[in-house]
Amino acid sequence: MSDKALFEYACRLGDDSLILGQRLSEWCGHAPMLEIDLSLANIGLDLIGQATHFLKLAGDVEGKGRDADALAFRRDVLDFRNCLLVEQPNGDFAQTIARQFLFSNWQELLFRDLTRSRNETIAAIAAKAVKEVAYHTRFADEWMVRLGDGTDESRGRIAAGLDWMWRFVDELFEVDAAIAPLIAAGIGADVRALRTEWDARVAKTLADATLELPKPRRATLGGRAGHHSEHLGHLLSEMQFLQRAYPGATW
Amino acid sequence: MSKEWPLWEVFVRAKNGLAHKHVGSVHAADGRMAIEAARDTYTRRMEGISLWVVPSASIVASDPNDAGELFEPAADKVYRHPTFYSIPDHIKNI
Repeated sequence: MSDKALFEYACRLGDDSLILGQRLSEWCGHAPMLEIDLSLANIGLDLIGQATHFLKLAGDVEGKGRDADALAFRRDVLDFRNCLLVEQPNGDFAQTIARQFLFSNWQELLFRDLTRSRNETIAAIAAKAVKEVAYHTRFADEWMVRLGDGTDESRGRIAAGLDWMWRFVDELFEVDAAIAPLIAAGIGADVRALRTEWDARVAKTLADATLELPKPRRATLGGRAGHHSEHLGHLLSEMQFLQRAYPGATW
Repeated sequence: MSKEWPLWEVFVRAKNGLAHKHVGSVHAADGRMAIEAARDTYTRRMEGISLWVVPSASIVASDPNDAGELFEPAADKVYRHPTFYSIPDHIKNI
């Protein structure tokens, strides 16, 4: 097992959490209700905590002296390895919930699998994070039902949000050459094996929400290889501004 | 119909053996949402292990104008205070 593969994998795990955490933080002070403002910020903070652990691991295995902050704040957009789903814009509240619903259901299954990783650090991070994500899933599932089985307006918005996000689902279950050896070694999770359970979970919640399963669409892929949508660059310019303008600044 | 969600009163039990204590309130459309809002608002720093939420509208409150007849008569009944017992040092939370 090369350190390079493990670095790559830790970056993928960390970047998913980091970018979605940053996205959710954009709601701070803008959510429809004070209570939801806090809920979204809490979920964002959980995710950024996960990112801190995974990116520290990435920096440690890389062995070039980069810590989690260096990887988060001084890496260029092409070097980010998050899936495309998490970088998608918040849109309205329904679009944000649709993204969270698809992602958290996936991340919960992923982390549950990773608690059995042969890499002790990954297993330990996953064991802590899987409880956090179980709550994220619950929060998002319930909002899917409230919005889908709500008013005409809420239903229209959540259907549109789901439709926007749906083309980024297949990427979550993709395995490429970079991580195949990690799966073979029992370190990484074989996400392909999670698809059936994920499909069943999503179908159940959508049924409860009286929403249709979106029609299959041509998958948009590329995030794992650094081919991102234009949205990520804008996100990073805001997230990285301080460390770029004032390198090493602390407070 | 009001556009504001109803108000819920939140009670947190800090640990087993203690009573749930009123800590504040949240807005929520239903009970589950109220539990989640309460969790995110009042237990994010490990304040508790159990939550209750109660619709604020279900609370019947005493009328402040009745305070005289309700509460003042207790003022001179010092013998009702259990101050004549000694409590062993190892008994907490009394």
